[in-house]
Amino acid sequence: MAIISDGTTIADAGAFSVNLGSMVHIKSITAAPGGGSDVANMTFIHGTSSVVFNNTYPIYIVKLINVMSSSGQNFQLNVTTDGSNFNVVGTNSTFGFEHSEDDGTARSFYAVGYDSENDPDHYIFNHNKGGLRDASDAGASGEIIFFNPSNTTFQKHYIARINSMSEYPGSTDNFTSGIFHTSSAITGFRINSINSNNMHGKIKLYGLADS
Amino acid sequence: MGVISNGTTLLDAGALDSGVATGKMTLISTITADNSASTITFASNIDSTYDEYQFHCSNIHMSTNDSYLLVNFRDGGTAYDAVKTTTFFKSENNPSDNQGAFSYPTGDDLVQSTAVQRVSVPIGHDNDECSGGILHMYAPIANTKVTHFHSTFATQDMSDFCVNVQVAGYCNTTAAITGVQFSASSGNFQNGVIKMYGIGG
Repeated sequence: MAIISDGTTIADAGAFSVNLGSMVHIKSITAAPGGGSDVANMTFIHGTSSVVFNNTYPIYIVKLINVMSSSGQNFQLNVTTDGSNFNVVGTNSTFGFEHSEDDGTARSFYAVGYDSENDPDHYIFNHNKGGLRDASDAGASGEIIFFNPSNTTFQKHYIARINSMSEYPGSTDNFTSGIFHTSSAITGFRINSINSNNMHGKIKLYGLADS
Repeated sequence: MGVISNGTTLLDAGALDSGVATGKMTLISTITADNSASTITFASNIDSTYDEYQFHCSNIHMSTNDSYLLVNFRDGGTAYDAVKTTTFFKSENNPSDNQGAFSYPTGDDLVQSTAVQRVSVPIGHDNDECSGGILHMYAPIANTKVTHFHSTFATQDMSDFCVNVQVAGYCNTTAAITGVQFSASSGNFQNGVIKMYGIGG
């Protein structure tokens, strides 16, 4: 039975007909800093632990909130097409802006050495100065956007912007955009600190609905 | 009493059923400029409710020519004076397509400063000139981390250049950021709307 108010159908056939908002939260993973709760990585795989990462949404937005490694290492993004092997190669470009707290460095840069060429490991931060500041108040926040990861015709694009406290210490605005060279559907992604260091923080996955 | 449609519970116990997907970008407040003030201030509803707050600025037009759009943050008390370290980058072009450029102007960033941060270049004052963009701020609650933010703004400046400005940085404090204030470097906000959203979930 439909729910109709003043001539407008509010709900019918087990679903609301009115728009309840298009940016849908899918899943959050949180690891609190300190106390031995750091984790090796944060991984989102479609069909696992309530994760949706398929053709349900054309765009997925990933929010990183105060993400930090155990001793300040850089972070990488990997994706998978089979749910277990994060080995899809891709190419990206990395640039940014940095400003040290002692005002000794203030510049824009193209991050040679942090970009990728047919490589599965894509640096998303830091793109400069050895990594993050190794301090309790350090970390990084920002977002990654995946465009149509379930498409089976085109390669897969993403863009990211993440601000971090870099080693100086200082502020670094990290920009990354890249392509994973596969026409297969990407079914998941993983974010981890390099050199097998653990991490903490919060990562939240959203789907952006198109209807 | 629940509301069940086609076997699916949509409403129950005074709320949407938890299985109903809803959008997580929530409009919290809107402030519309009326040429009465040089500041637009969001002094409440910034807390632990959301992990991210976004400020969407549209048609920002000042009462005087050559005025910057500025931002600052409140980390205690009533003053908007959080210590910040920031970066500032801009790219620009003019309608004649003969002066395209990009640069990092070091005079527009901040280093451990309580001063206001520019998020635009000087805004032109012709009737149709203005600035617009989005400021993101993450996890402003008091915790062990500094509070990061970044913004992107497009502005038509007083020389008719279209200028893209990218600002980012952090409030170098672990205290809660409880307010955000936009201001004009000169004159008032003659026109413009700023909307504050919370990103939930």
